[in-house]
Amino acid sequence: MTGEAHFDTIVLGGGPAGLTAAIYLARAKLKTLVINEGTVGGQMILTHEIANYPGVEKTSGYALSMTMKKQAESFGAEVLANKTVLSVDIEGDVKKVILEGDVTYTAKSIIVAPGGRSRTLGVPGEDALKGKGISYCATCDGDFFTDKEIIVVGGGNSALEEAVSLTKYAKRVTVVHKLDHFEAHKHAVEEAKGHPRVDFMMESVITEFHGNDRLESVDIKDLHTGNTLNRKIDGVFVFIGYVPNTESFKGMLDLNQAGEIMVTEGMATNIPGVFAAGDSTAKRFRQITTAVADGTIAALSAAEYVERSH
Amino acid sequence: MLYTNLHHIESLDEHKKVLAENENVMVICGRMGPMCIPVYGIAEELEDVYPHVKFCDFEFDNPAADVIRALPEVQGFMGIPFTIYYKNGKVVKATSSIQSKAEVTAILDAEFGKK
Ligand SMILES: Cc1cc2nc3c(=O)[nH]c(=O)nc-3n(C[C@H](O)[C@H](O)[C@H](O)COP(=O)(O)OP(=O)(O)OC[C@H]3O[C@@H](n4cnc5c(N)ncnc54)[C@H](O)[C@@H]3O)c2cc1C
Repeated sequence: MTGEAHFDTIVLGGGPAGLTAAIYLARAKLKTLVINEGTVGGQMILTHEIANYPGVEKTSGYALSMTMKKQAESFGAEVLANKTVLSVDIEGDVKKVILEGDVTYTAKSIIVAPGGRSRTLGVPGEDALKGKGISYCATCDGDFFTDKEIIVVGGGNSALEEAVSLTKYAKRVTVVHKLDHFEAHKHAVEEAKGHPRVDFMMESVITEFHGNDRLESVDIKDLHTGNTLNRKIDGVFVFIGYVPNTESFKGMLDLNQAGEIMVTEGMATNIPGVFAAGDSTAKRFRQITTAVADGTIAALSAAEYVERSH
Repeated sequence: MLYTNLHHIESLDEHKKVLAENENVMVICGRMGPMCIPVYGIAEELEDVYPHVKFCDFEFDNPAADVIRALPEVQGFMGIPFTIYYKNGKVVKATSSIQSKAEVTAILDAEFGKK
């Protein structure tokens, strides 16, 4: 599988930002390629139900992803999914993306929309016990923990909301959070604090997971006293926020301290012809609506750039 | 119903037939959920790269999927999908929950080899 092809614009990332950009670019008759490292839809497919996307009363993340992909393809965009990007060379006039299998794609402009991913704890035992007691999705795996004791790690809206929702199954839920306060909406905090089967370990972190075929216990460090205790537990759900997928653009694109891409109002980056959109950019609110808005602006700016470079 | 382009296994007979007719089989037993959809996507993508492997899905809540849920290899699993790799009808590897493309290809290469 080797080859080469040239496009007006290559969009790196097939989440809502990248797919929206592709819809606008392809509709403007620009030869457009979307390259996505994961499953098309990005973080949207992590969502069972989306109820806040205007114009669509209720849908699943999967269905919305497939509709956006279909829409982009109907205007002529090519969409590649589950590809491994080996390298990107975006500094010159001709931008180059090399995929696994020695396939090279070039373009006049690039839209970078790699989104983000859930943060993992990165402590010993986590990788080995994923799916064997450690989970990142309450809706998917909650029923495996019926009548069991579980921990939810995190102090944001997701952690507190999922802690409450997991009481449908678990007999006891302990929220472990590294700070002495929560970073969540008042109603989410109140609901969790008011629940008789949810308790809290504040200023505490999990430092190690133990178990062979399944999770058996965790080490929890009290950040205040420095003491570590070992606690028997059936399950741990981790909801500790998000990291932008921008590692491969370090040294090329201007990133802020959090690793988010710095963009102008027109979603231009520091490199001419390179635009960015969606959750990977420096901004406060990360939603599908904000991602599609970014994707629209990035596409219109990229189209202008391609037009000017003729 | 799983909305994938993989071969769907929907009965015990079909499961038996697939294992009898194919030396190397990967079965992803899950739902249409966030941890499962990425694994189906990876398998769809890899079908062309591993033509010597039969890639299938099996709905987790189908009663016939007991043949997967009752396997000794999955008894510690607490996350879907349960992904089972069979060689000559025998389980050679099983994983729980979402997997990356690199994790899946490492297993395929180790258990079934590259073509
Ligand atoms: C559990 C959960 C529930 C949510 N629920 C909602 C909700 O109900 N409503 C709402 O509005 N928002 C919701 N969000 C937020 C929303 O999903 C995100 O804001 C949105 O998906 C961001 O879109 P994006 O296109 O910027 O990035 P993403 O959706 O992250 O997509 C980026 C894509 O790029 C791929 N990629 C990464 N690196 C590269 C690379 N180098 N080259 C090529 N491709 C790459 C990734 O694999 C991914 O497929 C939710 C998020 C999560 C995690």
